[in-house]
Amino acid sequence: MNPIALLARVGRLALDWLSAIGRVALFALSTLTHMLRPPFYGRETLTALLHIGWLSLPVVGLTAIFTGGALALQIYAGGARFNAEAVVPQIVAIGMVRELGPVLVGLMIAARVTSSIAAEIATMKVTEQIDALVTLSTNPMQYLVAPRVLAAFVTVPLLVGIGDIIGIAGGYAVAVHNLDFNAAAYLKNTVDFLEPLDIISSLVKGAAFGTLAALMGCYYGMQSGRGAQGVGRATKGSVEAAAVLILAANFLLTGAFFSV
Amino acid sequence: MIKLDNVNKAFGSNQVLRGMTLEVPKGTSMVIIGGSGTGKSVALKCILGLIKPDSGSILVDGKPADSGDRDAFLARFGMLFQGGALFDSLPVWQNVAFRLMRGALKRPAEEAREIAIEKLRRVGLKPDVADRLPAELSGGMQKRVGLARAIAAEPEIIFFDEPTTGLDPIMAGVINDLIREIVVEMGATAMTITHDMTSVRAIADNIAMLHDGVIKWTGPVGQMDHSGDPYLDQFIHGRAEGPIEAVR
Repeated sequence: MNPIALLARVGRLALDWLSAIGRVALFALSTLTHMLRPPFYGRETLTALLHIGWLSLPVVGLTAIFTGGALALQIYAGGARFNAEAVVPQIVAIGMVRELGPVLVGLMIAARVTSSIAAEIATMKVTEQIDALVTLSTNPMQYLVAPRVLAAFVTVPLLVGIGDIIGIAGGYAVAVHNLDFNAAAYLKNTVDFLEPLDIISSLVKGAAFGTLAALMGCYYGMQSGRGAQGVGRATKGSVEAAAVLILAANFLLTGAFFSV
Repeated sequence: MIKLDNVNKAFGSNQVLRGMTLEVPKGTSMVIIGGSGTGKSVALKCILGLIKPDSGSILVDGKPADSGDRDAFLARFGMLFQGGALFDSLPVWQNVAFRLMRGALKRPAEEAREIAIEKLRRVGLKPDVADRLPAELSGGMQKRVGLARAIAAEPEIIFFDEPTTGLDPIMAGVINDLIREIVVEMGATAMTITHDMTSVRAIADNIAMLHDGVIKWTGPVGQMDHSGDPYLDQFIHGRAEGPIEAVR
């Protein structure tokens, strides 16, 4: 390929990426301003709290309990190689609270909530419901986007907190019933080992991941193309973007909280 | 009065409106006809500000459509969308009363519900429809709910986008009669876009023929059959031969 053409193609790709980042940043800024100024749609926010928070509890709980249990088995088996089986409670606690709890809950929210938000808003766009909102003097950013992002910002840290507890409980159950750990000693080790910063980092990650997940769902929904294909693309793109952003944000936040 | 002057709009390389000029006198019913993809819906959306025209001016009662208080401007309009565009998650009465439950026109829920039921009755639907979800209704009923929503706040200007598309001839006739009655009763200015010539004759005071992004002919509906305009003649008689290419 002609080197100039190759350079032009790389340049175009870079510009496309930069403009996409710019569009998302402007959308996020617009969402923030719409969250802070009236009118506030209480009913829509409550509905979003219910859908994003309460109705995600079963999937978050199941994800956490199995992960906690598997983590206990892995640490026990891995630790046995250098006679460190006793560290199961500490590593389960730190692993769940610092990493696996927030990341897995974030990814489950991306799968469950981001896809649902993107598909719903994209369908509304395709069927002219967004246009109808505008003609009814209702700002879609305020009515559709702000309540969902606010609800995710508030509820996902709570889900992460609950997921952390259930995950630790899963590890506890496996350790006590399958690996013959003493129940009281396991709990004491867990509580003693965790520090406030671990819990704070977990909740902050939850808030960031929830915001990213809802934001991506809303952004891709609002940008959806026409027809069923447009809705499908929006849904797929939103989940991919949310998952990647959650993992990238996790890396950055972990660095910010725990870099030595 | 609604006045479009030399309005242009392109989507990428696709030039949809090419200097569209049209006047709709206050209190009259204008029907815009034309083939698919000629820019009829785009023209309505430009007036409402859903799409920003590239150039040209749009005046509503002498004031630019894109200036002043946007909410106050939109409060003057009602619109029936082609597919109804009802909000899936809300029951029918909340769809109809949507504007009456928020913003400047907000009323207590009970009053909004009463108005919604009255508007549903006006479009021939029974009160028991009020608590159903839009997905539980037939296409014709959804269209009527959309009509009830368009007139709920008694707007001065009502837009109807393909009001009879997808309906059987009897239901289409019912919707046409309803539109005519409502427009006359409310004294509203109406703009309708349609392909349905039965609708045109039932609804219109004036018609405008849009082709290739420009108005080819406009005048009273009574003169439509003797316009002498080849585009209009071909369209109203549904002929394959003529200046409008059948394959577009």
